[in-house]
Amino acid sequence: MMILANAFADAFSFIPSHISLLLEKSWQTAELAFTALAIAIVLALPLGLWLGHRHRGLGFALGVSTLGRALPVIVVIGLLIAVIGVGFWSVTVALVIIGIPPILTNAYLAVDGVDRDVVEAARGMGLTEREILTGVELPLGLPLILAGVRLAAVFVIATATIAALAGAGGGLGDIFVRQVKYGLAGTLAAAMFVAAIALLTAGVLSLIQRAASRRTAPRA
Amino acid sequence: MSGLLVAGGPVIPNFGKPNACLKNNGWFCTHWIHEHWHDILQPALIQHIQLVVIAVAIGFAISFPLAVIGYRFSPLDPVLGVFADFLYTIPSIAFFLLLVPLTGVTVTTVEVALVSFTLFIFYRNIVVGLRSVPPDVLESARGMGMSRRQTFWRVELPLARPAIFAGLRIATVATISIATLAAFLIQDGLGAPIFDALGTPDLFHTELLVAGGLAILLALTADFLLAGLQRAVTPWTRVR
Repeated sequence: MMILANAFADAFSFIPSHISLLLEKSWQTAELAFTALAIAIVLALPLGLWLGHRHRGLGFALGVSTLGRALPVIVVIGLLIAVIGVGFWSVTVALVIIGIPPILTNAYLAVDGVDRDVVEAARGMGLTEREILTGVELPLGLPLILAGVRLAAVFVIATATIAALAGAGGGLGDIFVRQVKYGLAGTLAAAMFVAAIALLTAGVLSLIQRAASRRTAPRA
Repeated sequence: MSGLLVAGGPVIPNFGKPNACLKNNGWFCTHWIHEHWHDILQPALIQHIQLVVIAVAIGFAISFPLAVIGYRFSPLDPVLGVFADFLYTIPSIAFFLLLVPLTGVTVTTVEVALVSFTLFIFYRNIVVGLRSVPPDVLESARGMGMSRRQTFWRVELPLARPAIFAGLRIATVATISIATLAAFLIQDGLGAPIFDALGTPDLFHTELLVAGGLAILLALTADFLLAGLQRAVTPWTRVR
């Protein structure tokens, strides 16, 4: 127990003395993760919404989700480094690949699961398919869609840290792989920052998700 | 602490007898695969399966009673749910490192992190499954004179099976994938040859592809087998 107390005490004293390093690396991790998340949303959300609206491609949506879970992130990053070399793009593309499945699948399930009677009523009122999707299905499916974005955000942040292990530098993962330089205290401090970024992001997205469900489900 | 340096430290390349394929760093050097199936790939695969089976079994054993508590005493459900979600959200690598002062650079550290990761998946799916049982069905069970315990084991639990199995499939596939990160800490599982390949000077393609491919194949095979088992124990869902 002494070792435990000492290790964490060292980590806590590492934080104030290296705060600028930790914040700089945290910023790099966040920048990388949120860029990739934004690209993943732009690519996956419209496709998921459209497939869900047409009620087509359930097998595809579920298959993408299973495949996404089955792909070890370290292998995805490694293959991209092998093919396009170490650098910004190999890591970003890897993160986008990791981020797409939960967004795509949840968007599909969210729109596919909207009460068909409601959609029929909207159609009967003369709304166009596009208006139905953006005005009816999107708002009603928003909580589930946001749940997918939250899941993707957590995966992408975790993966952004792992990139450094595969030799693609940047972010807090750099501190993990340079233990000789920063010691266990530095590693633990960096791990705390990684956990904090993930938890903070998930927390903020949960609040948005809760606000969205309150708006769409007043009966609850 | 030396184990922690695996990822960044010098790695001796696993090239066997050099041949043309290896010299060109080919993507699928069958010669190397044959030569190292017994000393590298097969042991890594078996270790990987062990890591995952232990994590999933313990994760289920912990989540099941918690989920039943969350289902029976609904005020506790958000508390348990948020706690499981908290553990699920912490990135695995950070989790491994934060556990090191407590459990050392050991397989225990890896298992604790993997188990923590599965709790949320199991908890959610079991609670959702139990809640999906229609009130009419519970009413009928009561009308037939079943006790609360009988209703749980004979009505609620069987009807919750599809959701529970869905959770088992998700947890198993995700754990197989995440367990590759164990090799960051200990030389164990399919992550060991993967990290080994990443550590070689020009990134040994065959080892990365074959070890990574084995991990993906293992995950998809497990999903397929569990889907078969799911169909076998929930015959009523086959009607569609």
